[in-house]
Formats: sequence, C-alpha cells, structure tokens
Amino acid sequence: MMLSYDVLIIGGGLAGLRAAVGLCDKYNVGVLSKVHPVRSHSIAAQGGINAALANSPHGRDDTREKHAFDTIKGSDYLADQNAVEIMCSEAIKVVYEMEHWGCPFSRFPDGSIAQRPFGGAGYPRTCYSADLTGHALLNTLNERAIAKGVNIYTEWFVLSLVADNNVCHGVIAFDLINGEIAPILAKTTLFATGGYGRVYLHSTNALINTGSGIGIAYKAGAPIKDMEFVQFHPTALIGTNILITEAARGEGGYLINKNGERFMAHYVPNAMELAPRDIVSRSIQTEIDEGRGFEHPLGKYINLDLRHLGARNILEKLPGIRNICIDFIGLDPILEPIPIMPCQHYSMGGIDTNEKCETGISGFYAAGECACVSVHGANRLGGNSLLDTIVFGKLACFAIDEYLRDNSIKPDEKFLLSKKEEMEKKIYRLMYRGNEKPYRILADLSKTMSDCVGIFREKTCLEQALRDIDKIKERFKDVCVSSSTMHMNYELLNTIELEYMIEIAHTIALGAYLREESRGAHFRKDFNTRNDTDWLKHTIARIGKNGQPVISYKDVVITDYQPMERQY
Amino acid sequence: MKEPEIQPYFKSYRIKVISGLTVLMTLLRIRDEIDGTLSFRSSCRSAVCGSCAIVINGKIDLACRSQVASFGDKTIVLEPLPNLEIIKDLVVDMTPFWDMYENVKPYLIRKSSEPEKEILQGEDERKRIDQYVNCILCASCYGACPVLSRGTDYIGPAAFAKLERFVLDSRDERPLRSLEEINNEKGVWGCDTMLRCIDACPKDVRPADSIIGLRKTLLKYKAKKIFGMTNDEN
Repeated sequence: MMLSYDVLIIGGGLAGLRAAVGLCDKYNVGVLSKVHPVRSHSIAAQGGINAALANSPHGRDDTREKHAFDTIKGSDYLADQNAVEIMCSEAIKVVYEMEHWGCPFSRFPDGSIAQRPFGGAGYPRTCYSADLTGHALLNTLNERAIAKGVNIYTEWFVLSLVADNNVCHGVIAFDLINGEIAPILAKTTLFATGGYGRVYLHSTNALINTGSGIGIAYKAGAPIKDMEFVQFHPTALIGTNILITEAARGEGGYLINKNGERFMAHYVPNAMELAPRDIVSRSIQTEIDEGRGFEHPLGKYINLDLRHLGARNILEKLPGIRNICIDFIGLDPILEPIPIMPCQHYSMGGIDTNEKCETGISGFYAAGECACVSVHGANRLGGNSLLDTIVFGKLACFAIDEYLRDNSIKPDEKFLLSKKEEMEKKIYRLMYRGNEKPYRILADLSKTMSDCVGIFREKTCLEQALRDIDKIKERFKDVCVSSSTMHMNYELLNTIELEYMIEIAHTIALGAYLREESRGAHFRKDFNTRNDTDWLKHTIARIGKNGQPVISYKDVVITDYQPMERQY
Repeated sequence: MKEPEIQPYFKSYRIKVISGLTVLMTLLRIRDEIDGTLSFRSSCRSAVCGSCAIVINGKIDLACRSQVASFGDKTIVLEPLPNLEIIKDLVVDMTPFWDMYENVKPYLIRKSSEPEKEILQGEDERKRIDQYVNCILCASCYGACPVLSRGTDYIGPAAFAKLERFVLDSRDERPLRSLEEINNEKGVWGCDTMLRCIDACPKDVRPADSIIGLRKTLLKYKAKKIFGMTNDEN
C-alpha cells in the first residue's frame, strides 16, 4: 500500500508546523522533515517577530498600516501590497496565538510582550524572546505539534514533486535511515522547505538550507519568482559566517570603521545603524572596499561595538550572541567589539505564490522562505521573516481546506510509480558512473555565486557567472558518489540536492543579469538607480522544454502606497 | 534500520589543522574529501540546533562549537553519544530520547479561556523559566546521565528540564496530580544527583535543578493532600 495523505507537508520549520497544527484536527496530515523539526533553520532566527502590538511606551500609536508601509518601503516597492497588508494584519493575531500556545516572549515591566526597534521600522515593533526568538517560536510550535499528535516523518527527504498536467499528485520521498524510496500520494502538498543560502559560499544559513525545495518545484514545472533578490545581512561573525542579530543594533550597538568613525553617518545619518539591511550591508562593504576596514587573516572586517550597552543589557537581551562570540572566536562582546562582515542571509525569491499560498500547480502550495508571495519584495525587513513563516503557514490552512472540500480530487498512483522509476534510475546513475566529486562542484558553484552575484553586481561578472554555471551543469552529468549504499548515505543526499542547487543558482544569476536597475538588495554598479518605468515588476522563471530557464515578468500589486524614492 | 551485524570500530583520518577549524568542519571535510560514507548529523553549525552532540576526547559537546586547536593534541577521538543505540558511525537512534521528552507533556496546558491579547507575565516570572527555555534538546545530558548508562528506563534529564519549564511557567495550569507519573524511580526519584548533566550541557542549562524543583513540588503536593488542602480536583 502506498502512503497516502490529504495534506502532505514538506518541512518541519515554522511554516510547515504551523500549517500542520492548523490542519491535523480535520485532515489526515503527514509532515516530512529532512531533520528533526527542532533542528530546522527557523531555530536560528535571533532578533524577533514584527507585529504592531503598540506595547512599547515609545510606540503607542503604532498600527498595522504603519507596519505595512514600512514593509513596502523596505521592499523598495517590489512587494505585492495586498499580501503585505494581509501579513501585517495577521501579525497581531499570530503573535497573540503563539503567546497563548506558550511562546516565552520577553516582557515589558507591565507584563506585556516586549518589543524592540529594528531596521527600517518607524516604531519598536519587534517582539522577541531575548535573542533566541526563532528558538522560542519553533519550540512552541513543535510543542503544539506534540500536543496534537502530528504525524512527522523525521529524516525523510523529497526527491521529486509529482505533477501532471499542472495537477499535483504527491512526492517521491527518500527515507534516509532506512535507505528506501517511498512514493507518497497526496491530495494537497505544501512545501515549507526554506531558503537557498547554501548556493553561496559565505552564508549565515544552516547547512540544510540548500534551496532544493524550490529547485524541486521548479523542475516539476512550478514558476519561481524574484530569485535575484538575495539578502546580505550586514553583521555576520568573521570567519564563521554566523549571524549576529540586528537586535544588537536595535539595542543600540554601533558600527565602527578602522578610523574609529560611526561611518553610517556618511550614508544614512537619520537612520544610522538601523537603516534597512540592504543599505547597511552596502555601506559596510563600501567601507571595506575603500580601505577603512580592519585587516584579519580571515578577511577584512568592521567592528560592531556593544560595550557602551553595559554588561547587564548584553547579558539580558543578547545572551545568545555573547555565547556565539565566546564559543566561536573566544571574544566577549562586553569587553571587546565584535568583528563582522556582510554575508548572504535570506532568500527573498522563491516559489511563485499568491496571498493564499497557491502556486502555478493545482493542489501544490508553498509557504515561508521557500515561497515568494511577495511580501518582502527586493529587501526584507528584519523581524518580517519569522512573521512570514507563521502567517502564511496559517493562511495555507484556509486555502488547503477550501481545496479539499471538493471531493473529486483523486491523486493517481500511476504518475508516482513512473516518477519513482525515474528517480531510481537517476540514483543508480549517481552511484555507478562518473568521475566528478560532488563537493568540488558545489565549491565552484558557491564561489561563483559569492564572487559574481553578491552585494555589488555588474554585467561582465554576471555573464561570467552564467558561463561558469553552464560548465558546472555539464560537469554535474559526470558526478559520482563514493558508496552505492542507500542507507544513511549523506553524500548521495547532498548530490541529489546539488542538482537542484545548480538550477536555482542559474535562475538567480540570470534574473540578476537581465534586471538592468538597482532595487533593494539587487545592486547593479552599471545601472545604479531604481527604474520604475521598466522594472517595477516581478521576475518569473519557468523551466523550458530544453531544461533552460525561460524568463517572463509579472506586475507588482499596488494598492494604497504609490512608489516613491526610498529615503531614510 | 540499524547495522547490528557490524561491531563498532575506530577509523583514523588525517586532516590539516587550520585556524578556526571546528570538529564539525573537520567531519565535513572528511566526508567530502576522504570518506564519502562517513555519517554524522549537523545543521546550523552555530550551536543552536542541537544536531551534532558527540563525544570528543571523552567529553560530550557539540561538534560545531568545538575548536580543534583547543585540544592541543595530535589525535582527537570522536565517538557517538552514549546511552543511545548507534545507527551508523556518529549517528545514534534518538527515538527513546524523543519518546521520553514527548511523554512528559512538554507544552503549555491551560484551563482558563484566553484573553483577547497576551496573557500577562511579569519579568520575574519570565526569568524563572529562562534556563529551561534555553534547552536545545541536543541530548548531551541524556548521553552523560549515569542512571541511563545502567540501562534503566529512567526518563532522563532533558525531559525534566522541559517539564519544569512548564510547571514554573506562570501561564501553565496543569493539575499537579499529573506529576504523579514522574513520582517514582523512573521519574524524579531515579536521579542519583551525580550532576553530570550540568557539566554536559552546552547551553548552561542545569537539568538537576529541575529534578530537585520537581521533587519539591511533589513533596509539597503530597503534604497538601495529606492535610486535605489540595483543591486540585482533576
């Protein structure tokens, strides 16, 4: 008997678990996760989750509309405004819901949920649990899933999405521990598979964030959107690429160059360190490129100085990053500034969805970082990613519920069986033929992406990236893993994911090459201003018949907020 | 699927040590460059996800936060987490750990209806659960526990830390009666207070504190019951 579900959710992070707890009372729900749910990358989010609760004495007149405006402006007007309005309105509800489910938020003296200032936001709007907010939220949802007895397949991975004639029938999964390939029939399938940070050499992302979910959807025919918009976080710990939260600046931290200057005064004197991430990252990179960074064997850096905040503040509000500094570079931020550099952090692009999490394939949904609604547009604001995962994990429930009320949905085994055979052949090929080592291909791919499709981009370098990726695609045809066992073969898993990573990288580089303007995190040295006349539109990539990406464009949804120059 | 037919054995790999090299980076390089079959778990590489707890030179720690240079030794010995069955190489079967954790009802239990906004909680009340909130469920304490090493069906330190996190949470309304399930030798009375769990925790959680705290709660509950003072009718 083939495994069969009403709802099959891929990914056990915040978006996947939120959808699972919302649907499991009514439907037969299965969750597949590559790692145990509490190991998902949501756990690593530090700073917080935005909602206009107006709890802060400095933010009593905050509203969902102001949250929406900040998000749209932060997105450099590429976000779909209807979706942003929904997210910011739902924000308040989901934060209270998570609190009612036990999330241990930090508190203000009056007992309400504490909120701190974050970049690009007009008010202290970011609800937090010290600097471990992702950890607190993910544990809460995992606890909820335990309470509800959600059925979770841990260390199961998806090899392929099965769609025929634009209808989704389920997935072909791989059980890593038992080394078995399992087709799973599903009336509806939700991807909540996370972002694509690992296609870059330097990324704050977990090792599991390969973006393979996006690649799997793309290969199955789903359109993907705005892939060239990649966020570089301003502050990653030197040499390790570990995230140092924006909350460090939200709580008052300074960025200092080697001349001892708070250099943000030269770039955005009004917002200083709390300008949006794209702007702060470019400012830091410019300081480094122009020789005002510090030298270090592991690379050039800028200082993030927290010393003036005092030991008590650091211990109470930023204990997590203090531990990271001590564990990884033997430095205590109470006593010394933290050496940081910008680093790939977040994927604004992803599977093209609407505000109901629907994709281009019927019965197939996506939510969280793997999806692009788009609520973040060209640049996501800090504190909006945790929000995105939970809001759209919740909204996916309504869309799936509506779809499942139609009783005529019948996923068909025959499509899964033929796909299973195809996957078995592919794995056999990877095991027995070829001379290329997978890790070498990934090293070259990620280096190309970091070198040529980074914070600053321009035509010749992007052309080089596209040529490199073509060569890498050829080399992948000759890749081979070292063992032919299916049981616990991590190298095999990595190699299957690598193929999807190459496809993802191709769409990022191509989107960046074609977009001849600068908007949010996409900055072209050769087209250094925003061009609303020609480029106020989403990039859509579909896989063509010959396996090459086909690019088209789609209008941005504008409601109340007319695009204007983005000044801070 | 485990590989019971294969007796555990040690295998040696040689890796050049560079500045900042962690044990996890070493393992990744071995798998990439030397032995594609090597199995170990990893994800965040920043000591927050809890995937990579192993034994390093006899001491339990997260591979990702352990600096190779800090061992000052030419050889580093890596072993899987004790008290759990080996699946392959450094990967252990975590099922008993998760089962014990899930059995203590590690979630907020409420009887009152929810307010429209947040349930208020004082800063001090929030601080009370701080150390237990920080648990990343890496099972380091489980691997270090001398009671579990005797092969008992003891619940283990992490599950108690998580249970105490809710018992101490000002918002939680679980009936104290429900704690009877751990009022025995498999439960809080099984701990022989060697405090190895405290040493093993990479996040400064003190599971032994939770065990002592739960014992006190149970004793108070018992006293109240004897004097007929409990109104815990569930």
